[in-house]
Amino acid sequence: MTALLSLTAVSKRFRGLVAVDRVSFDVAEGALFAVIGPNGAGKTTLFNMIAGATIPDDGAIVFAGEPIGGLPADAVCRRGVARTFQLVRPFPALSVEDNVVVGALLHRRSVDAARDHARELLRRLDLFDKRRRRAATLTLPDRKRLEVARALATGPRLLLLDEVMAGLRPTETDRMVATLRELNRETGVTILLIEHVMRAVMALASRVLVLDHGVAIAEGAPEAIVRDPAVVQSYLGAETA
Amino acid sequence: MSTFAARLTADVSRRTMLWLGALFAALVVAPWVVNDYFVTVLILILYLAFTGQAWNIMMGFTGQLSLGHAIYAGLGAYVAAALFTRYGVAPWFGLLAAMPVAAACGAVIGFLAFRFGVTGVYFAILTIAFAEFARIGFDHLDIVNAAAGLFLPVAQYAHNDLWRLRGSPTMFYYVILAATIAAFVLCRLLITSRIGYFWLAIREDEEAARAVGIDTFRYKMYAVTISAAVTSFAGVFYAFFYNNLFPEQVFNISQSIQMILGPVIGGVGTLFGPILGAFVLTSLAESLNSALTAMGLDLPGAEQVFYGVCLLVVVAALPEGIWPWLAQRFGIKDAAS
Repeated sequence: MTALLSLTAVSKRFRGLVAVDRVSFDVAEGALFAVIGPNGAGKTTLFNMIAGATIPDDGAIVFAGEPIGGLPADAVCRRGVARTFQLVRPFPALSVEDNVVVGALLHRRSVDAARDHARELLRRLDLFDKRRRRAATLTLPDRKRLEVARALATGPRLLLLDEVMAGLRPTETDRMVATLRELNRETGVTILLIEHVMRAVMALASRVLVLDHGVAIAEGAPEAIVRDPAVVQSYLGAETA
Repeated sequence: MSTFAARLTADVSRRTMLWLGALFAALVVAPWVVNDYFVTVLILILYLAFTGQAWNIMMGFTGQLSLGHAIYAGLGAYVAAALFTRYGVAPWFGLLAAMPVAAACGAVIGFLAFRFGVTGVYFAILTIAFAEFARIGFDHLDIVNAAAGLFLPVAQYAHNDLWRLRGSPTMFYYVILAATIAAFVLCRLLITSRIGYFWLAIREDEEAARAVGIDTFRYKMYAVTISAAVTSFAGVFYAFFYNNLFPEQVFNISQSIQMILGPVIGGVGTLFGPILGAFVLTSLAESLNSALTAMGLDLPGAEQVFYGVCLLVVVAALPEGIWPWLAQRFGIKDAAS
């Protein structure tokens, strides 16, 4: 299987600090791929480079056979990569539905067609009943779901999820995990997620990459990763000891 | 055509349609009922409603604060007036030249700002700077008589000449009424279309807008050029209604400020706010003027102070403007709010 997303020796420095240090990995089409690591490990920087929000200093980012490193965020999205933000950023004064309509309009000319598609996604993410509310009035878990719906509306081949489980209660986490699984199975969308909630990672990911101080220290199936001594020491130590 | 009408009326309740119909009827018959002075006041109101709507495309829909919109009206006024006085070109043809000139000017300002990341307050300052360049530049531009002013021939006309825009205030009233309605329809169509959704997304959160694939530079350029082109019509109207143009007046920052007071007081980003704001503000200001005159008081600047007080009251009491508050009370939905 060829990789949908391929990173080769990608690096980013902020002044003296090396945030991401020659990280390489491949994400296969249709995979559920998780990036984990302690705070400050460079996960979000890595994400921002894939999404076009940050320009990498070195290395190559190839999506669907095309280099996307350094492209602006909107161009990356039009090529089929959609993202959510760690600190959610819905369009606050717009209705929940209109938030998703904006995303759906990326590849649709007609507002009506976009609205139909938006409603379909809102049903899938349990937001249909709240579709007329202002996005600013939603609770955090709902806003996280709205971010996912809006990103999905752009019709991505690769969905980048930045800590969509953070702040959710365990039942809400399970619900989100089920929704993402379902999406992945039914639409074939590839999902790359940054996650702290190990319960979600274990339940969801088919493959895990571990970052520590900007360096990829391990990659593999989740069961293997949790037994990896380097990972246990740097990140999971307290949990599995 | 049916889809056009459907888009225009989609989501509009029967009651809202009735209100709009009644308002339209009242505006159509107004010149027959009121005297010439009131017609002139109504012209001023509609002029500000029109420019407010044009400005709203940039600030209300796209979130780009322009404090120099006088430049687009001024360019429109000068282009059409110069073509008319020098070559006898009718104003409607003049408009065809004025719109691209204003749009091009908007595109230059937009390009400089959006390409080099000039945003927020700095963008507003840039728009003021350009309007000031124009004011000082036209003050020294001999081809349009520089600071001495450009005058259109004024004569008593036996009949109204709509083609050459020479005639009675009533004729001008209907012209600006038609233009205001056209601008309202245009804004409604824009804001309920793809481009409108993208504008709102940019207004709400530009980075998030980019993340859903919107080429924010391109859509901001659309906003500034469309807004500038629409505003230029107001300038053409101004030139032919007032028959004289002075750079110190038409490009003055007070002109830009006056254009934005209507939407700010009525409700930024709403379709009806600019119209309501222009009505409220101008009628109150005119009443104040009449009252002062009746009392035999001559207070220069009273109107400006009054605008300031109105602005303070609205900003403090109804920060979103009068219209969103009213619309909520009467259960009316404004497509753009």
